[in-house]
Amino acid sequence: MAEEVKSPAPPPPPEGEKKPAAEERAAPTSAAPAKPAAPAKPVGPVPVPWTSPLVEKYRSQYGSGLDAQTYLGQNYLTVDRSLIPDILRLLRDEEQFDYCVDITAVHYPKREKQFDVLWILYSFPRNERVRVKTQIADGASLRSSVSIWPTANWLEREVYDMFGIQFDGHPDLKRILLPDGWKGHPLRKDYGILQQDKEWVQINLGIESGQ
Amino acid sequence: MSARANDSTKDVSSLSNLDLETPEKTYLDSNELIINMGPQHPATHGVLRVILKLDGEKVLGTECVIGYLHRGVEKIAENRTYTMFNPYVDRMDYVAAVSNGLGYCEAVEKLMNVEAPARAKYIRVILTELNRIASHQLWLGTHALDIGAMTPLFYTFRDREEILKIFEKYCGARLTTHAFRIGGCQYETYAGFEKDVKNVLTFFAPKIDEYEALLTTNRIWLERTKNVGVISGADCVALGVTGPVLRASGVQWDLRKAQPYAAYSEFDFEIPIGTNGDTYDRYLVRMAEMRQSLRIIEQAVNGIPEGPIMGKVPKVIKPPVGEIYHSIEAPKGELGYFIVSDGSTQPYRLRVRPPSFVNLQALDIMVRGLLVADVVAVIGTLDIVLGEVDR
Repeated sequence: MAEEVKSPAPPPPPEGEKKPAAEERAAPTSAAPAKPAAPAKPVGPVPVPWTSPLVEKYRSQYGSGLDAQTYLGQNYLTVDRSLIPDILRLLRDEEQFDYCVDITAVHYPKREKQFDVLWILYSFPRNERVRVKTQIADGASLRSSVSIWPTANWLEREVYDMFGIQFDGHPDLKRILLPDGWKGHPLRKDYGILQQDKEWVQINLGIESGQ
Repeated sequence: MSARANDSTKDVSSLSNLDLETPEKTYLDSNELIINMGPQHPATHGVLRVILKLDGEKVLGTECVIGYLHRGVEKIAENRTYTMFNPYVDRMDYVAAVSNGLGYCEAVEKLMNVEAPARAKYIRVILTELNRIASHQLWLGTHALDIGAMTPLFYTFRDREEILKIFEKYCGARLTTHAFRIGGCQYETYAGFEKDVKNVLTFFAPKIDEYEALLTTNRIWLERTKNVGVISGADCVALGVTGPVLRASGVQWDLRKAQPYAAYSEFDFEIPIGTNGDTYDRYLVRMAEMRQSLRIIEQAVNGIPEGPIMGKVPKVIKPPVGEIYHSIEAPKGELGYFIVSDGSTQPYRLRVRPPSFVNLQALDIMVRGLLVADVVAVIGTLDIVLGEVDR
């Protein structure tokens, strides 16, 4: 799939380049045990640095607060939380990333900054995608991007609903898929799938289990 | 019909800020009315609840209440292996299950750095495009029924059967097909598959003309759809609206062309677009898309290569540590999967980017200033499936 491979040549992965997020994963990082003749290589491809005029420009502007990598031909920027509304606005205004495809989060309970929050962006003029990623601690909040892309409204509500991440400046931050009285945020890793039986199903539906 | 004139005060940033507390000044100075449409309402195509704020018949604002069909698909994914999760994706957009499966399988394949063989890709394209036609037919039948035209529903359900029969013969299921596997297809085509598909091609072209004869120049249909639910291309982009709704607003963008997947780069087809972005244009765009799908199927079925249908994937699916976003052009718009692998047999995180969910957000801006009856038309024209909105 010829996606957004612009400048980098992905195949030769420099050894030792590791995605920072991967190190703290709950499961062992040594991917799969050596399997005979399996096409899924035990180590697999690794992210390589992504260099492009876009990255150079923002790196000179923001310095170490920004890191750019490519994995399997897909580019992503890892940025410091403090840059978050600004860099998104710049990407839309200056780099034509006019379509916010998705906003989502990933929970790593063992990490100090527990959440990765991601913006998947697409540019119609450039036909190119980029992911912007930031790490935040539990209880910390992010600035809302509803003023940049109105579509962020429901997407941020869903992230709040599922992960409990607050977005400051959101016009109406409340649960979207779950009922208002729901306890907890289900897509956190510490939310067991049987928890809802005790806290919702038994109380509200009067049955033993929803499983 | 003068109430149809679009409010120039529309503002995309004011979405879901429906203020139910403070009354607005209304015509005749009476208080505005707040009513619930749904969740048990036949025209909401499932369990969608729309809170309408009305001045008489005129809609001042709406708020969608969703989640009645929430099953926690993303949480389920974290507790299933990649293979076990495959059938679950069919239950999201259950009228286009094949598309869901295609997106999921391709995303996992990409994450594993494997590719399906050419024959499997062709089978995938044929089934996915058949499913697109089936999905559009279901949309047409129910949308027309909502607006008051009853006959198209019978026509489309009658003809959709021919497609479902092919699915049934191919994999045993009609709706939640689970047609594809990670790495290719599970089943080789049955004897007579190509003949059946070619029959559908000759059978369908005149049927689409038949639907058009019922509606395209029908006076009532024109009155109910022209200039109803207008949305501009710029607003679509700002709201992340994709699929036929975006294209009817004049943006010529289709992932099958923009970032081709499966075997789409090998086929010749066009992206139909509209100009006004109203309900009528969306109708025309979907009708044209069905014809384009027939074109793609014809090329695919005539050029289907021989060879294996399953790529070299291990029995136990264990993608290396990493993450991937892959999206396809589902009948409703951009359907994306974002998968984070920690190197185990289960996804560490699986996010579905559902087109219906994002498109539904545009309902508010599309219906402001219209009449209550038009809300029904606009919900129909957005072509949402609540299984996918709520997941």
